[in-house]
This record gives sequence, C-alpha cells and structure tokens, in this order.
Amino acid sequence: MPSSLLWAVDVYGRVYSLSTVGQQWEHCRDAHLEFKRLTAVQLCCWSIACDHNIYLNVHASDVPIRYQEETYENQRWNPVDGFSDRLLPSDRWLWSDVTGLKHQPLGDFQLPSENWEWEADWYMDENFGGEPTEKEGWTYAIDFPANYTKDKKWNSCVRRRRWIRYRRYKAQDTWVKIPSEQTGSLPDPFNDITCGAWEITEEPRGCLALWAVSLQGKVWFRCGINHHNPEGSSWEEVPVPGEVVQISCGPGDLVWAVLWEGHLLVREGIGRDCLKGSSWVMVESPSPGVGAVHVAVGVNVVWAVTKDHKVWFRRGVNSHNPCGSGWIGMVGEMVMINVGLNDQVWAIGFEDRAVYFRQGVTASELSGKAWKVVSVPRDSERSHSSASASSLQSAGCFFGGEVRLQSQASVLSDAEPETERAGGEVVPTPEIGDVPKPRIPKVTSDSFISELVSDREGQISRRDVPPAGPSIPEEDHPEKEVEDRASPAQVLSPSQSGGVDPQWSNVDLEEAQTHLTSGPGGDAAETSSLSSVATYNLALEEPYGPDEHPKWAWVSGGGCLVECHTQLNWFNSSASTALNSSVQAMSLSITPAQTAAWRKQIFEQLSERSKREMENFMHYEQAIEQSVWVKKGTMQWWRDWKPHKWVDVQFALEQFSGAEGNKDGILFIYYTFNDEKKYLHVFINEVTILVPVLNDSKHTFAIYTAERIKQRWPIRLAAATELEMHDWLALLSVSCCDSRGIQGPPSKQAIWSVTCKGDIFVSEPTKELEASLYPTPSDQMFWRQVGGHLRIIETNSLGVVWGIGYDHTAWVHTGGYGGGFFQGLASSTDNIYTQTDVKSVYIYENQRWNPVTGYTNRGLPTDRYMWSDASGLKECTKNNTKPPSPNWTWASDWTIDYAVPGGTDREGWQYAADFPASYHGNKTLKDFVRRRRWARKCKLTTTGPWQEVPPIPLSDITILPCGPKSTVEQVPLWAISNKGDVLCRLGVTSLTPGGSSWLHVGTDQPFKSISIGGVHQVWAIAKDGSAFYRGSVSDQNPAGDCWYHIPSPTGQKLKQVSVGRTSVYTVDENGNLWYRHGVTPSYPQGSSWEHISNNVRKVSVGPLDQVWIIADKVQGSHSLSCGTACRRLGVLPMEPKGHSWDYGIGGGWDHITVRGNALEAPRILMPSLTDNHTATRPLLTSNQPEMNGNPVGC
Amino acid sequence: MTSLGVKDELSSNASCRHLMNMIMADDKDVLRDVWFGKIPACFTLSPEETTEREAEPYYLLLPRVSYLTLVTDKVKKHFLKVMKAEDVEEMWFEYEGTPLKWHYPIGVLFDLLASNTALPWNVTVRFKNFPEHDLLHCPSNSVIEAHFMSCIKEADALKHKSQVINDMQKKDHKQLWMGLQNDKFDQFWAMNRKLMEYPTEEGGFRYIPFRIYQTMSDRPFLQKLFRPVSPEGHVLTLGDLLKELFPAAICAEDEPKRFQVMIHGIEPLLETPMQWLSEHLSHPDNFLHISIIPAPSD
Repeated sequence: MPSSLLWAVDVYGRVYSLSTVGQQWEHCRDAHLEFKRLTAVQLCCWSIACDHNIYLNVHASDVPIRYQEETYENQRWNPVDGFSDRLLPSDRWLWSDVTGLKHQPLGDFQLPSENWEWEADWYMDENFGGEPTEKEGWTYAIDFPANYTKDKKWNSCVRRRRWIRYRRYKAQDTWVKIPSEQTGSLPDPFNDITCGAWEITEEPRGCLALWAVSLQGKVWFRCGINHHNPEGSSWEEVPVPGEVVQISCGPGDLVWAVLWEGHLLVREGIGRDCLKGSSWVMVESPSPGVGAVHVAVGVNVVWAVTKDHKVWFRRGVNSHNPCGSGWIGMVGEMVMINVGLNDQVWAIGFEDRAVYFRQGVTASELSGKAWKVVSVPRDSERSHSSASASSLQSAGCFFGGEVRLQSQASVLSDAEPETERAGGEVVPTPEIGDVPKPRIPKVTSDSFISELVSDREGQISRRDVPPAGPSIPEEDHPEKEVEDRASPAQVLSPSQSGGVDPQWSNVDLEEAQTHLTSGPGGDAAETSSLSSVATYNLALEEPYGPDEHPKWAWVSGGGCLVECHTQLNWFNSSASTALNSSVQAMSLSITPAQTAAWRKQIFEQLSERSKREMENFMHYEQAIEQSVWVKKGTMQWWRDWKPHKWVDVQFALEQFSGAEGNKDGILFIYYTFNDEKKYLHVFINEVTILVPVLNDSKHTFAIYTAERIKQRWPIRLAAATELEMHDWLALLSVSCCDSRGIQGPPSKQAIWSVTCKGDIFVSEPTKELEASLYPTPSDQMFWRQVGGHLRIIETNSLGVVWGIGYDHTAWVHTGGYGGGFFQGLASSTDNIYTQTDVKSVYIYENQRWNPVTGYTNRGLPTDRYMWSDASGLKECTKNNTKPPSPNWTWASDWTIDYAVPGGTDREGWQYAADFPASYHGNKTLKDFVRRRRWARKCKLTTTGPWQEVPPIPLSDITILPCGPKSTVEQVPLWAISNKGDVLCRLGVTSLTPGGSSWLHVGTDQPFKSISIGGVHQVWAIAKDGSAFYRGSVSDQNPAGDCWYHIPSPTGQKLKQVSVGRTSVYTVDENGNLWYRHGVTPSYPQGSSWEHISNNVRKVSVGPLDQVWIIADKVQGSHSLSCGTACRRLGVLPMEPKGHSWDYGIGGGWDHITVRGNALEAPRILMPSLTDNHTATRPLLTSNQPEMNGNPVGC
Repeated sequence: MTSLGVKDELSSNASCRHLMNMIMADDKDVLRDVWFGKIPACFTLSPEETTEREAEPYYLLLPRVSYLTLVTDKVKKHFLKVMKAEDVEEMWFEYEGTPLKWHYPIGVLFDLLASNTALPWNVTVRFKNFPEHDLLHCPSNSVIEAHFMSCIKEADALKHKSQVINDMQKKDHKQLWMGLQNDKFDQFWAMNRKLMEYPTEEGGFRYIPFRIYQTMSDRPFLQKLFRPVSPEGHVLTLGDLLKELFPAAICAEDEPKRFQVMIHGIEPLLETPMQWLSEHLSHPDNFLHISIIPAPSD
C-alpha cells in the first residue's frame, strides 16, 4: 500500500498534509502564501490563495511531464538545385504540421508558460515507422500529400522530414500561480474550487476537470487540463440558474453545487467528450427550511452539510442517476465535508474545528459507521507568529477587494449595506483584545462568513431542539451569546430555527423524502434574506483562545487513498502505534525485530541445543513411532477417457515416513467404472505441480506428473467449495514439498513463472538443469505456488525479484513464501502483505444495420448474440457476466471501452462489413454491422510475499543477470512505465531490493519491452515494433547515453526482447523468435536477425545464455497446449542458438524467467546420472519431429 | 530405519537453519526446533525393584514438549519382560531421588533437574512405592489428555478470554491432542496457530500464559497476570517479567550470574519481548514454561 496525502488548511491559511502512513501534519513550507481552499488529486493540488489567485502544485515524480513538439520540413526537387526549399506556389508551407495545412516554423514554438522549459534543441527524427531512415531523416514521395517511403526513388519529387523537440514541465512540488493573463479577464475573485473527473478519460490522456465558483456565484470551468498540460488552457463560464456558493466534483462524472438559497444543483451530461456537462438539475435541500451550505461528492456518494451543521448522506447516487433518491441524516455536526478516493469521507467538526475521518466506509456500506477525530500533532506550531504577521496585510487586501467588487456588481444590491458594514468592522478587530489575536476573518472569506452565520443559527436553533449527536459535545460560549444579542441574526433566526423540524434533529439514518425539481425553478423565497444573512457582521467572532491549536478550515482527501484494510495511525499518537507503523515502513523485508540481538541469540542457542542434545544420540530409538496419516474426501474427477465428464470420486491422501526418513505419500482416486471399483494413484514425490484452475462454475485444480506433462493431460479434480479446494491444495502442496525436502523461501537461483490466471509458481533449479550434455528434462521440474497475483516476474541471481500486476502496479519480493491460501505453516509469517490487483472484463454489444431503422440490436437469425464475448460464440450480457472467479469482485460499473485496437467512433462503435471481420473506428458505406466493447473492472485481494513499489505503474521490467559468484553493489534494474517511459531504478541492492527512486531515460516514442544483459547491454523495443540498443551503459553511467535504432527483421514488428550473458533474442508480433547475429564486445549492436522458431509468445534468456520460451501449440500425446514453458536444448558457448526444444509445464502459462539461475552444471557427470537420462531421451525426441526445432505440433 | 530418517531430517534442519541465519531466519523455524527438540534418556530399573533376571537399560529419545507417561510405553514393555506381574504397580520415574512429575513437560523436568549434567539423562524406573504426595496418578492417556486440554483452556482464557478455544469444535480439540500424541507437527500447528492469533491493534495477547519453576522452592510454580504491553505502550520483555516475579534472576553487570533462566534448554536474552516468546517458545499446552536454576559454579 503506497502512502498518499490528505491535505488541509488551517484558519491561518497554512497548508498541511498528512500521509496515510504518517503521524503528523507536515507544514507545506513552500507556501509563503496563505490559502483559502484547496482541492487535491493524486498528482497535484489546486488552491485559492488569499491573493485571489489560483495556484497549482504538481507533485514531483520520477517521470517528468514532457511534451513532444513536432514540425515537418518540406522540400521539392527541381532539376537545377535538386531538393531545395523552393516549393511550388500551390505547395504546402516549407515548415508545416503533418497535414501540411498549418504553417509552423521552428521559431514559432513558444513555451506555454514560464513553468515549462525546453529539454534540448530541435533535432531530426530518423525513425520512420519503426525503421531507421538515412542520416538526414528525409522521407520521399511523388508529391504532397502522398505516401512517404524512406528510400529515394526515381520519381520522388518531394521529401519531408520530421523535427522534434521536447519541453518539460519544471514547476514541481511548488505552488505556481496560474498565469494571471488567463484569470485577469474574470469579473470577480474565486471563492471555491474543486478538481476531479480523472476516471472519465483513460490514460494517457488523463484529463482533469477543474470547477471554480466566483464570489458573485458564477461557475467557471477550466478547459484543457490533461497529463501534458497540467495548468490547463482557459476558463469558460458555465451558466447557472442562481448563485452558487460551493461546488464539488468527484473522480467520475458527479458534480454537485450548492446555491445561496440552500438548494443543490446536479450537473448532467458529463461524459468522455464533454467533461463540462450540459445542464443542471435542482435537488432540494435535505432539510426543509434549512438550506444546504456544503456538498461533497465521490464516485457513488454525495454528502451534504446544512446550515444547522447536520450531515446528510444521499442515497442511490450513481453515474446513471446522479441526483440519487433520498437524503439520510447522519450523526455529527460539521462545517464542511470532503469525499476522497474510494468514497472515503473527511469533515471538519463544527464545535472543535478538528478534522474527522469517517470510519467504516466500504463499497457495500458507503455511509460508513462513525466519525473519528484525526488527532496527530503538527510538525511546527512555531511558524505561527510569523505567518500571522504577513497575513494581516493580505486580510486587509482581501476585504477591501471584496467590498469594492460587490458594490460594483448589481446582483447583490440588497446585500450591499451589510457587506459594507462587514468591511468596516474588520478594522476595529484588533482593538478587542491586547493579545495578538489570530485574525480569523481574513482567512476564511465568505465561506467563513456563512459558517459564522450557520454557527449562530446552530446556537440558536439548538436551544429549541435537543442537543447534538453524542460524538461532539456541545459547549456554550458566553461571548457568543453576547454577540448573538447584538447581531442582526437574531432578527432572522426565528424564521430559520422555526424551519428546523425536530424530527430531523439527531436521528441517524433517518430518511428524508425526495425533493427533486428539475430546472432552475427552485424555491427562491428565502434567497434575499439568506444572502443578507450570509454577508453579515463577522467582526467580533473570536471563538478560539490564543493558546489553542489553530483550527482547521478546509480539508481535501481527493488524493488520499484509504482502503478498508489500510491501517491508519491517525487517531492516537501513543508509543504502541509508533511501533506498528515502523513495520509498515518501506525498508523491505527486515524489521527491527528480525535484526534484534535477542532473536539472533535464540536462533543460535536453539541450533546449539539441538546439536548438544541430539547429535550424538541419533541412534536412539524414537519415543513416538511415526504412523500413516490419511486424509479423505469426496471430489469430482474429469474422466481420463471419452466421453470426458465429471464423475464423483473418493479422494485419499496417505502420508508416511518415506524410506530415507523424509515424508512421502500416495494419492488415491477411487472411482467406479461399469459397477467395478477401481482406483488411480499418484506418488506424491512424482507430482511436479498443483495448479488451481478456479473458474466461475467449478473449483477445480490440476495435478501434473512428468508423465502427464508429456501427455498434456493432467488429473483434473473439482472440490465442492473453494475453501475445500484451498485446504486440499495447501495440504497437497506441503506434502509435495516435504517429500522433496523443500521448505522456506525460494532460493536466489529460483525459476519463476506465472500462469494466465496470475498464479505464481517457483521451481528450484538443480545443477543438472542446464547441463550441456544431458540436462534434467524440464518436465521433471517441481513447481510450488507462491501467494500473490502478478502478470510478470523478473529476477536475477542476487535474489532481487520484482513483479508487475495486471493493473501495472510494481511489486518487490520480500523474501518470504506462502500467503494466499497457504496459511500457517506453508507460509512465512513476517513478510506477507496484502496484495490487490485489478483487471477488466470485456463484453461486446453487437448491432446490425437494416434499411428501415438503421443500426439496431435485432440481428439476423444467423448472427452472433447481440451481447457476446469477443468471439461472438458465447452470450455475455451485462447482467449474466460474472467476475472471472470467486476471488474477483466487481469494482466498477460497465463502461464503454474506447481504447480498442482499430479505434472507435465517439460512441465507442467499431464498424465492419459483417461478423466476424476486421473492425474499424469510422462508418463507411460498406459496413453493415457494428460492435462496441464494454469493460468492467474487477478487483482481487489476496496476500503474498510482495510489497508495492509506488507510485509509477509499469509494463515491463528487467534486472541485470549476474554470474554465479559476482558481487554487484548496485543492481541495475530497468523498467518501462505503463505510458512507455523508460526508467532506471536507483539504489537496488540485495538488501534493499526495492531501491530508492527512478531515473527517467528519454526516448522519442513510447517503449514496451526492455532487457539488460550480463555486461550492461540494454536492449529495448519501442511501441512501433522497432528495436533500440542503449549505448555506454555501465556501473558508473547506469543510464547510458543514447539510443541506437536497430532495424527489425524485415516486415516484422518486434514485441519483446531478452538479453542473457551475450545472446540477444526477440519475439515479434507474429510469434517468431529471432536471434541476433554478430554481437561482439566491440560491436554490441550485432549485425542481423536469424529466425529460430515460430509460435513463440515470450522469451527469457538467462545468465548462462540459456533460452526458455513460452510457446503456443505444443502437441502432447493426449492434448494440445498453448502457453507452454519450453527450454532450448544444445545451447553451448560456441553454439548459442541450440538445436531443439524441450517441453515443460503448460498450457496456460504466460510468463517465465530463468534470469536468476546462474547454477552451472558440474563438469563431470556421474555415470549413473548419464544412464538415467539417456533412458528418458527417446521420449523427448519423439516429441520433436520438426525440422527447425519449432514447437509447432500441428 | 526410522531413527536414521530422523537424523537426516534433523541435520537438514540444522544446516538449513544455519543458512537461514546468514540470510534471514524465519520465525517458523523456531516452532519446528521447539517441537522437534529431543532429549536422549537412559532408563534403568531401580535396584529396589525385584526382577527375574537383570534388566538392560533402555535408551530413548524423548520429545521435549511431550509428557513422560505419554511416551514411555516402550520403556514399560521393556521392563515388564523381566518382572513378575504381581510385582508391577503403576510405573513412575525418578531422577537422583526426585520423583518426576509427569504432568510437567519433559523438557521442563530436564531443564529444571538435569540441565547441566552429562547426557544421556539417567532416569530411574519404578513400579512400586508410588509417592502419593509427590505425583499424580496417571492410569491412562485420557488423564494426560484432560490435563493437556485444561492447560490449553487456561492459557486461552488468559490470552483471548477463552474466545478462541470456545469457538473450536470438539474435533479441533482432538486434533491438538492427536497432534501432540502422534508427534504430528503440521497437524498440531494447523490448529494451534489459531490460538496464537491476536488483533494487531492490541499488540499482543491479553495476558501472557506463563509458569516459572524453581528447583529450591516448595511452591510448584509462579504464575501471575502479565500483559505483553505496558499501559504506556512499551513492549514488555522477559526482563520485565523477572523484575516483577523473580528479581534475583537479574544480576547487575559486574555481579557473577547466580541463576540461569531457561526455556527449552536455552537462555533467551532478557530483552526478548514476552509476546514473541509466548508465540514461539510456548509448549503445546500454550504455556511458556520458564525454569530458573542456580547457575553452575564452575
């Protein structure tokens, strides 16, 4: 769980942040400004300062925000000058964009704001569609516009080349003013701000919506904020049917606003193409007569606060029904409320102005359970005085500005006298006491005004109604009462408090009726009185004693990720919690307890004791004889013969002490065939792997032996329940490990693999595994499962193991084992953590065109289902589609997926002539069918020996493979981010496998695969399928200096690369495996590609240059398998290509890494071993009839 | 064959443990070491017993965590061969004249009475003159089972207000007992780990179940309510426990050591947290048995 930040502003305008793993508020030092409000998201924080300007704080990241500017230089050939700048009058500009329509010379490119800088000068792009061009980067064509080629032909009359230059956003971790020329045109200062909507558009666009409210109650939308433009481009006014005081935007498409009158507005029509939305719908205040003052929205929740400080929860809110269905009153009295990630809720209490966290908010219980006060100290109470000294001035400015502006505006004419008085009364404030008073009014602006108003109303109305909820005790301030008597609020209060219906007072979970009126026709009767109340006298309110901690004014959890299993240490700061948090720290694997002397002492003494008491007495008889232990159960078995079907069987595991003392066992499967009782048995020590195959209908698992791997036909069993299956798997797994004497964590040499279900397996290599003459056949390898869920694992022989989840989260191995369903003894205790993963389930909506009604969901009788899977063969509706297995739960609603290969139209449709055909994103005359893909996220929570490496999501990773005895201090580790950035990890050692930070390595285009070889040779594959070699990478220069473009094999787009000690192998998108020829120390780029095999999905080259692949279409004696781990036989130093394949575990395997195995085979083979292996040889060779050793079986 | 096998297992355990120490030891291994700890014993028939012919001594490896009467069926069979049926009453054991209480775990008896003597441990077998005031009768294994289960229940009352043990079913209780009786580490721990759980926010059990034994005291043992974490939130250690119950065991820097504080034949450092000790060095009965013996004067 990476840490994230909760942001808050105190009444002095100082900004603080609190980490989810921290225990104190950290003062944001950079802020020499005071802030009124802020709104945080994970990547940045927007705020309104007391100087009325909007500021942006983009959090620093190891990956910079950079933008590629490009322009094209166009030339035409003429017989005199050859190719020259002299173009025909009808031609495009000499410098233009890619279309040629826009004139854009190099000098016209300006930095969008002072917060950007150029990375370097313009340079020519010498990569053309994945292939390197000639030196100057020209591409040739007959004429503009036409198809360009990289080769000059006899008829090439024009040529062009692409120039690129990067600009980089430099203002990180600092508050930068959003350039004033953009805000200057606005009529009045901003008063509220909210940021969100990042879930609507997918990466890499990453658009954000920023909404702001001005003092006059107008609403503004900031356009063009996205990943490449964090500051956005311009403000657009959004018409509103009233005066808005506050607005809130959720991570998705929810936007709610509060009107002066106390009613609420809901924005409709927000979508992927229109973050701004289209119209407002009005929702009445939760409490009749008591208007809302504050609203906060999340993904599926809306919370509101009314003037009497009551907190309300809106029922039934979701993307389809943004208005929800009814209010529920909650316990607690708050002045403001904020909803963060995962719909978690924070609030500021009315009485104590403390920050509260809503406990127990889960997906199934969005309203949570109770308010808990966040009580952690602030890092500096001292900066107080200096801050307030400067704040006096800004306070004055602020109020002056407010008065002037409002008197100019006619909207608030009826409120004007009060406003002027308010401004007037600010001046005498210091006279009230001699003590240097915190200047409350200056900070809090009008929001504070309305709070003060509501404070009073609360005070008054509470005299009529029973006291507030139990969590916040009420206190009476005599000062206030004095104020009350003198204040005009008294005049108004009867009507206000009269409106308080006692039935709403303090009852939690009580529902209010729906008050939903659409359009701007809300109840405006109270408007005038309320707005005048809201601006009334605030001069003398002084609720805070000088010795108290400053109160909080604002909190924002939009960047704060709290999940139900997150342990927060925010609620008391005693020593015991400090102890707990130390365990959570990022220092991997080694907790203080593990290094403690007492622990070491116990291990040593126990070892000594065993030696002393037992070593010389092992010939003594055992007091307790070991007996056979049997466990029985019933299961279903997938019958070995046709017709294949599930049959009920009795299942028994007999365990006993084997001949050499280690435990062993036999597995019996009793079945009846033709009324005859029969059984099948497997020796536990022959089992090579147990694979859980959980699907939505049955809890099944597969048992393989070497023989059954050859057959591609495991014993398939199904247990009645998931729990039963896990019990059996855990027991069988322990039994298998015992019989092979394997226990504890995987060794550094271990070979790791991952199945298509994300299950992780590990195998301990023997020295004979990579023997050159007679290696151990890979189908005899024993694999055991390790907890967790990953898509990719990479490792090296120093024990550094990293993984990447389906959701691109990076994980590092903690050195433990077990987790998942391996409870208790099959699992280590200290280094198992919660692991989550998220993936999408896809279904397709199919439609056919007919001349009458156009596209409809009525297909031809021969057509596929109107809702189907990708193949169209299986019906998959939104309702009947389940998560992939019981381990997964839905984490979102169905949404249209626009990120489909081939592109889509604005509604996500892809068109084709008929099913099934190739689909494209725009409708043509020849198209008669269309489809669109719907995606729904599902989430898995499990445990395993993995710890998250935040914050950058990754798509590929590679670790330097080392020789058996090498000592490397800093382990080179490279990765590709999910956006395609190349990254180099710093600070990775065998003791700190997680490393410290990323170094960004610039590239001209996004990358997708990377691999580093034994002598720091780094190869990578770009998204366009071309290969690159990184020059000059060494220990001293870990990031190297430049990329060399390596041409791909003709006509192929490369997909993945793996580099061993010297060998370089790549796989292309058509499943071909290529070997790089001519790689020498002096010419590491090599000379040409040689085709080795087809039907290859992935390759892993190890530190001994051993070659392992994941192959498709491997024929076994019983069945064909896809996704099979295979090893190249006959690989020798002088023969790095080997000669044939040896088939191991599969199908259903997605990934394997042998990069940890640097165990070299013993030079002299025992004769007996040799015999043993020759005996198995014929079996192997019989599986390999192909000429080139291709794993093609059919 | 069997003993050979065990040797392999133990030596592989030992070498593995050594390796683990180099890298990073896992607390799991402590549980294994504790469970598989064995004491070599030489049983000789008391000269006071009347025999038909001379009885050979009987050598046996006794599990430290088990009970004498539970693991000595073979001893009984061996000596019955040389005795007349009428001379045989209930079997009992003594060491250097001290009757051995079967209801203490074997390891505790050994640490308390014989830890600094040469191995094997010479135990005298008696069939007559049962010391009624020193020993409990043990007519069958069901008495041991009852004693064992009552200890577990008492321990869980201290640790979890009996919540965990009461949530278990009868067969779960049986699994604990059978695990001990048949020396099935996995079987026992599959169930026992539930008894070792605690809510993370508490930082440990409610109270630590422990017993302190001394050789020279008339009291059978010391027992007291003791929490793993102090009210101020500090982790309490073995030293803290001794300070409270047996301050004499803690000696100043310059003083010669007067007492040895032994658990499972080892002397943990005083700064070892009690919670960790309770989780890892408790006997199967879920009590931490601590023996305090005078330091050898050599």
